[in-house]
Amino acid sequence: MSRMNLLQAINNALDTAMAADPRVLCFGEDVGVFGGVFRATSHLQEKYGRARCFNTPLVEQGIVGFANGLAAQGSVPVAEIQFADYIFPAFDQIVNESAKFRYRSGSLFDVGGLTIRAPYGGGIAGGHYHSQSPEAYFSHTPGLTVVVPRNPHQAKGLLLASIRSPDPVIFFEPKRLYRAAVGEVPDEDYQLPLRQAEVIKAGEDITLLAWGAQLEVVEQAAEMAEEAGISCEIIDLRTIVPWDVETVASSVFKTGRLVVSHEAPLTGGFAAEIAATIQSRCFLYLESPIARVTGLDTPFPLTLEKEYMPGPLKVFEAIQQTMDF
Amino acid sequence: MKTTRSTAKPVHKPVFANGDDIQIPVFTLLKPDGTLYAGAGKSSLERDTARRLYRAMLYTRVLDERMMAAQRQGRLSFYMQCTGEEAAVVGATAALDDADMIMAQYREQGALAYRGFATEAFMDQLFGNQGDPAHGRQMPIHYGSRELNYLTISSPLATQIPQATGYAYGQKLAGQGHCTLVIFGEGAASEGDFHAALNMASVHKVPVIFLCRNNGYAISTPVTEQFAGDGVAARAFGYRMQSIRIDGNDVLAVYEATREARRLAVEHNEPVLIEAMTYRLAAHSSSDDPSGYRSKKEEEAWRKKDPLRRMQRWLLDLGWWEEAEEHELVESLRREVLDTMKRAEKRRPPALETLVTDVYAEVPVALREQFDELVAHVRRHPEAYPRSAPWLDADQADAAMQDDPSTRDGETHP
Repeated sequence: MSRMNLLQAINNALDTAMAADPRVLCFGEDVGVFGGVFRATSHLQEKYGRARCFNTPLVEQGIVGFANGLAAQGSVPVAEIQFADYIFPAFDQIVNESAKFRYRSGSLFDVGGLTIRAPYGGGIAGGHYHSQSPEAYFSHTPGLTVVVPRNPHQAKGLLLASIRSPDPVIFFEPKRLYRAAVGEVPDEDYQLPLRQAEVIKAGEDITLLAWGAQLEVVEQAAEMAEEAGISCEIIDLRTIVPWDVETVASSVFKTGRLVVSHEAPLTGGFAAEIAATIQSRCFLYLESPIARVTGLDTPFPLTLEKEYMPGPLKVFEAIQQTMDF
Repeated sequence: MKTTRSTAKPVHKPVFANGDDIQIPVFTLLKPDGTLYAGAGKSSLERDTARRLYRAMLYTRVLDERMMAAQRQGRLSFYMQCTGEEAAVVGATAALDDADMIMAQYREQGALAYRGFATEAFMDQLFGNQGDPAHGRQMPIHYGSRELNYLTISSPLATQIPQATGYAYGQKLAGQGHCTLVIFGEGAASEGDFHAALNMASVHKVPVIFLCRNNGYAISTPVTEQFAGDGVAARAFGYRMQSIRIDGNDVLAVYEATREARRLAVEHNEPVLIEAMTYRLAAHSSSDDPSGYRSKKEEEAWRKKDPLRRMQRWLLDLGWWEEAEEHELVESLRREVLDTMKRAEKRRPPALETLVTDVYAEVPVALREQFDELVAHVRRHPEAYPRSAPWLDADQADAAMQDDPSTRDGETHP
């Protein structure tokens, strides 16, 4: 075990993957000698050489197109998009190519080796273009797996599982926690399961569901609720798609109440999908409407970021309203 | 820190450059009548390869004529012809090692024909029947073959170009001396993916050959409305990439240029851009009518430069081919295509389960539930689903047998 922040855990996972498999390559903008703008790829070029860890020109569609080709060839590319806000030039390569490679060829070709890493989310005064949470766009594309870790231990295990997954994975890293989240991380090579949510705190009265940096917020809200005598069960979804309906539904069967929270805007956010599925699954067990605590339907703001964000107070209010319904 | 490659010579009044001073010649060996230009020298194309190449060009022509007719008869939903561009596609393929990867756009069935893709494989894909490895998921002409190193076609234009750069980078790391040939039209070269791919290939010294089929039109849009610069070849200079413009209807020029490009790619890790000047003699697709955007006169002028007739004349002059042989071959290919098509039309559609397999390596739980609901629905309304309902029971029995460990590994056929 070592004490690491989330960034060090990512770096450690990449190092572990590259050491274990010579087919693993890391590349993206500023990823080479500089080690990435957040230093997620620090020292990897030094250790594994320029052929396996390198800078690319500044062209996201090229980075993902290149990575698709590498994965089809049998390499295991881990492509970095510097900010999730800048992933959109690569949208075509991800949605029309990565996601459909296996299906359209009947498994003659696939890009299962592909992992796309991108820092996402707000809370760093990043304004419109260094704050977005675009997971819902990708959740609407069958063939993609979208994974978001909540802490350093999860980050290493889920990233290693993503790199080795037989399907292309988009791995969104909560950049607000890069240095803020610190914890014990096993030194050895380990993987955490994809497509599996995790109940991180058991409770009786209400289920709180979130992913990534929002877990920290939900945990704070749960503490407030516990003080008010409300017992909260907290679930980390971990894999956004394909998502673990079973774990969430069994929790809601028990509690009868659900609050889902994410930073992305409300309309068309992934909480909507969860609410639709859970109301259909658990209709007769629900004690109150499923609540969503999310960002507003606006571009991501700057000065009024705190007002925009689904902070602990907003989640706590939603818990109270759900309980009092 | 140098910010450009060129020596920044100071000048004291503004000097602009637009590249007009660079003249790109057209490499050609065979005249339109099929005789060699005086300075052409001896072709490195040997007899056996030349015959294989010409047969593949003929095959492609026959296949296209027959399948276009089938589309017009309503037997096939859609088709795209390679007609007029066979030399550019097949000539380049012949210059490769068969283990090199080819990533095509959609009009390059000649490459598959050269590598020996079976007529049955063409037909199974075109009819989307049970024999299609992609289970009828894509429109006709979206062929693919792992065995023949031909990436499955994807409709979005130019997406295969940066993929080729990545694939070839992997080939370079693998160190087995292979390269990737990526083929696309001059219209697709306007996409951002084209620029991304060339820049990355040049920066990372990747063994990839970019072959642009400049056939004059992107559906209806002529090159004059596609770009203002000197074609596609000139764009390589911005990336400091080797570039050549060739007569795409001259199979010898295509072969020599691609052979040399392959040598540069594999031996020196130098990517190369080839612009093959050619003409799409047929419509863009079975859904297109070129009379709305180009003249018969223009088409006739290009028909006189037909790459097949040109190569035939060259072969006949060398004594490597005979007209009687060609007549017989064409007749037998027509019969083969027609007979195979008739069989493919009658083959059953893919099993219903192929709707949900291959989305992921393993079918997710929620998708499995959606599938089960679909099966139940089809069973309730079999008359509404003639492509799947008749085989539902047989397919489910097959699937159950495959899932049963006691019957796996061929133990059902002692």
